[in-house]
Amino acid sequence: MDKGLQSEGKMIDVQQMIEKNKKKKSFGERIERIIPFFLLLCAAVSVLTTVGILFTLLRESIGFFSNVSLFDFYTGTSWSPWSGEYGVAPLIGGTLLITLIATLVAVPLGLMSAIFLSEYANDKVRRVIKPVLEVLAGIPTVVYGYFALTFITPMFQSFIPDLGIFNALSGGFVVGIMIIPMVASLSEDAMNSVPNALREGAYGLGATKLEVVFKVVLPAALSGIIASIVLAISRAIGETMIVTIAAGATPNLTFNPTESIQTMTAFIVQAATGDTTFGSTIYYSLYAVGMTLFIFTLVMNLIAQYISRKFREEY
Amino acid sequence: MLGQNEQNIKKRMEGRVAINKILMVLFGLATAVGLVFLVLLFYRVLTQGIGYLSLDYILNFPAPYPEEAGIYAGLIGSVFLMIIVAIVSVIIGVSTAIYLEEYAPKNKFTEFIRVNIQNLAGVPSIVFGLLGLTFFVYMFNFGYTLIAGGLTMALLILPVIVVAAQEAVRSVPAEIKEASYGMGASKWQTIARVILPAAIPGILTGAIIALSRAIGETAPLIIVGAATAIYTLPESLLAKYTAMPIQIYNWTGRPQEEWQYVAGAGIIVLLAVLLIMNSIAVLIRNKFQRRL
Repeated sequence: MDKGLQSEGKMIDVQQMIEKNKKKKSFGERIERIIPFFLLLCAAVSVLTTVGILFTLLRESIGFFSNVSLFDFYTGTSWSPWSGEYGVAPLIGGTLLITLIATLVAVPLGLMSAIFLSEYANDKVRRVIKPVLEVLAGIPTVVYGYFALTFITPMFQSFIPDLGIFNALSGGFVVGIMIIPMVASLSEDAMNSVPNALREGAYGLGATKLEVVFKVVLPAALSGIIASIVLAISRAIGETMIVTIAAGATPNLTFNPTESIQTMTAFIVQAATGDTTFGSTIYYSLYAVGMTLFIFTLVMNLIAQYISRKFREEY
Repeated sequence: MLGQNEQNIKKRMEGRVAINKILMVLFGLATAVGLVFLVLLFYRVLTQGIGYLSLDYILNFPAPYPEEAGIYAGLIGSVFLMIIVAIVSVIIGVSTAIYLEEYAPKNKFTEFIRVNIQNLAGVPSIVFGLLGLTFFVYMFNFGYTLIAGGLTMALLILPVIVVAAQEAVRSVPAEIKEASYGMGASKWQTIARVILPAAIPGILTGAIIALSRAIGETAPLIIVGAATAIYTLPESLLAKYTAMPIQIYNWTGRPQEEWQYVAGAGIIVLLAVLLIMNSIAVLIRNKFQRRL
């Protein structure tokens, strides 16, 4: 009797254990099935973000264009939303002026830095200078804006006496300084990936270092270099705080860099900080300008991707 | 005596070598320009702001007089923002990376997600501000609150975190994964117990660098309505808030010269926080950098 009961008890124990184990296993299996689904949901967030951006820009822009005609928006040459004039040209002009100045600063300096780091500097120098140069890219843009307004503008004013406090020149110049590391770093990567055998071949033919740079390295790295420049331009187009702080808030269709201008981004900030009521035409104009800006940068990014994919030299 | 021809060649060679030397100096100088401006910027900020920097400055709320103004609300606001951003963006970002690296089938949809993340990284931050304004502020009806700002920033740095996490996950060697499978571990067990622990230093480094980008971002926060004058700390996710860059922007825009110094002091605090975050990232990288 006793023995039988005991063994029965043990049997039950074992059965319970098996049951438990089964449950545990099915719990584990359930996790195995749920996890990929959860991860896919998370991955979908980035797609939803893009969809959300397109949705909001399009929907509110359509709201805007039911009040202001698309034609007037893109052909008008006067931007003064508070008195009902919505010609976006001055804002685009301001953005292009800033971008042009920034490019003129960043491309020569960035490229020369890249050549120096990749071809002339030894390993030790490069390992110190490159990260330090990249610090420039990590400084918050509001700090650059402060620097442009309180230091660069007064400095320029000592050369150009009739330079206003707010002007495109110092804004664009500082945006240029900010994007130097982008040009330098990405171009340097492109030059670094040119195989040494090509350089050595040129040296063997008696070329100087400079001739190797211009006739071998630069042509071989050209796609990467151009992609880096296009990406930097795209950054300059979308740059907000520097131009908001230093370049002014005067929509002004001019190519005179000493004047105060307003970029697309600066207008968005101005309208968002002002008393813009939800649903007003000015509120919608934020999105119409935002969409124009988005299209500009998107086209730039697509060009950069196309160039680096299409013209990549494989070694 | 060298012949005429040989002399010509020698002259040309000297010219080529000389040009090489001259341009080398020019390239070096161009590199120095960037560094000089970096030094100038730090020098300028330090000399302008150091006079206003004190414990009171760090512990004071914004005030109408420059002598009494402080960055406390901005500092704490930024810390709260970063906590939200870190939680949201790291969970979503790392999950996305694991999905893309370990689960995603090689098809058009996966490729679409990849390209999409690449393009999101190139969207100007102010456009993310407009996204946040439509969805978080108005559609979800959060208003100009901490959670609206935090979620907007989280989406902004999501692509950076995904890319960093992908690299970290990818760099885990296949051998130790296979060893785990060989011991009978399931896919998720392998990911949770082998891949993630090995990838955590890389993920942390990337996350801190992404957060240090977020903490300096100003434009999107302006759009989603961070306040400039706040005299209390945010008490809930649905409270009004401010952040360091917003304070700095506000002070920079004031015409009186004293405010420039107040802004300068704010920038010193902001840069100090950035320096600390980046140092932690470097420390983590150096400490855990081992060849697997």
